[in-house]
Amino acid sequence: MPEVTSKYTSYLLQAEPNLHDVNTLQSGEMLINMGPQHPSMHGVLRLETLTDGEIVKEVVPHIGYLHRCFEKHAESMAYNQSIPYVDRLDYLAAMNSEHVWCMGVEKMLGLTGQLHKRVEYIRVLVAELNRLASHFVAIGTYAIDIGAFTPFLWLLRDREHIQRLLEWVTGARMLYNYIWVGGLYYDLPVGFEEKCQEFITYLKPKLVEIQQLLIENKIFVDRTANVGVLPLDVAINYGCTGPMLRGSGLKYDLRRVDGYSVYPELEFDIPVGTGKMGTVGDCWDRTEVRALECDESVKIIEQCLKRLTTDYKRSPDFNPQEMCPKKIRPAEQELYFRGETPRGELGFYFRATGKTDIPFRSHARSGCFSNLSVLPEISRGRMIADLIAIVGSVDIVMGELDR
Amino acid sequence: MTFEEIKNLLVAKFGPEVILAENLQPLMPYVLIPKEELAAICLELHDNEQTYFDFLSCQTGIDNGPEAGTLEVVYNLYSIPFEHSFCLKVQVPRNTENEPLPEIPTVSHIWRSADWHEREIFDLIGIQFSGHPDMRRILCAANWQGHPLRKDYVWPEYYHDIKVPYEKHNEDNGFKGERW
Repeated sequence: MPEVTSKYTSYLLQAEPNLHDVNTLQSGEMLINMGPQHPSMHGVLRLETLTDGEIVKEVVPHIGYLHRCFEKHAESMAYNQSIPYVDRLDYLAAMNSEHVWCMGVEKMLGLTGQLHKRVEYIRVLVAELNRLASHFVAIGTYAIDIGAFTPFLWLLRDREHIQRLLEWVTGARMLYNYIWVGGLYYDLPVGFEEKCQEFITYLKPKLVEIQQLLIENKIFVDRTANVGVLPLDVAINYGCTGPMLRGSGLKYDLRRVDGYSVYPELEFDIPVGTGKMGTVGDCWDRTEVRALECDESVKIIEQCLKRLTTDYKRSPDFNPQEMCPKKIRPAEQELYFRGETPRGELGFYFRATGKTDIPFRSHARSGCFSNLSVLPEISRGRMIADLIAIVGSVDIVMGELDR
Repeated sequence: MTFEEIKNLLVAKFGPEVILAENLQPLMPYVLIPKEELAAICLELHDNEQTYFDFLSCQTGIDNGPEAGTLEVVYNLYSIPFEHSFCLKVQVPRNTENEPLPEIPTVSHIWRSADWHEREIFDLIGIQFSGHPDMRRILCAANWQGHPLRKDYVWPEYYHDIKVPYEKHNEDNGFKGERW
């Protein structure tokens, strides 16, 4: 193969060269490098920023610093063996990613709708708990980005409770491998329903507190309202999903649109951005949508707990691994399956050959990959300080972005 | 609209020769179209008031392997107002080592979300998208050799004097295990 030549002598710049050339800048322009190692970049995102004074003229995101070859790995192991890797894509919402992966494989196997209802309700319960934890990190770190420290500590305190609950269920704090193809690893531990209900009762006033402390705070509103306005047509064209798209005012949630698992049986609303503090689709709207989604997740969890203690209550006959296939070998087919994670549409594209247990190709379409691609569009012409506010409001997890 | 109706609409507009092949698998039927017509078909599907595919859900590059000798790109389209979906495929012959990369016309002027997806496919599968505004690698390093998701991809021995294959990495570098 021909040697790749580069104009740079530094290995770092050879690996990820700047798009703009320092020698051709106009008068007053400056090239500022943000990241990849900086807390406000939420992991290892690098932004090459062309500025004129305080004004951002152009932003070029450089990603790939956390590329871990998920798709290459998934081509060499069976479907069930990939679940721990799926966890590590979006490590803040591992349950949600697992849920989507397993539902996709089950759909190819023709198991959809045949699982015990208790399995489905437990899956939704843990996924929504994880969604709460993920939104807590998103809102908390966003508050830190723009200078508020207290909400971060309060939210991480409540996230700790969720992590302990999930640790009790699965044995792990963040990366669970709990949802299996065709079932679950274990049933819920004895007494979990009561403890979880206790936690929900504790959490409800805390969500109101966060709303008053952060979301409606004058300083927070001043920093985020009318900043990073994302019009709806731009959002759809760039493939934005999740709170990004709903913040721009579209009621689009795959839990309702596709109605997978037992979500059609549950009552919950889909909060959308209304432009209450500024323009529809600004950073404030996106954060507000996340905060309101926490309330909806609490509603879903309560309904799940009710069903899990009445209609589908614990019984000695219940075996969560009952439907788990001994051999996961889907017939020859291709499928794109998608689900709603806290960061938007997570989709998996599978191609099964029908001859092996290993997918010929499995591609992950991650929500924040598309969400981040709109960043140059919405931060052009804003101040540098606003750029930090905009990046934070996109809520990226580099594990999922770089895969 | 169902898959059949959308397909008939394409045949009526572009003629029957535009459908090279179709697969009616129950979960996700798809049509295979020639790459020359790709941009026109996508624009029609995006703009037509009956289909209105405003959302490009996913774009996947696949290497079918040296035996099959083709590379393909799969487009999963979705229409938010009509809640229907459609799947398109384009195939190009695989290039050998000294040939230039195969080309497919870009759709990033129709859906901007294709911009980064096409860069990812270029990076990992090795397909050039003609007309793309910014065809650079996105996940791998800019001076990385080869396209890792090709089925016959071989890991380079070294990258910037760092040994790449990790099997027996420690042993090869004189590490004999922890000594307590």
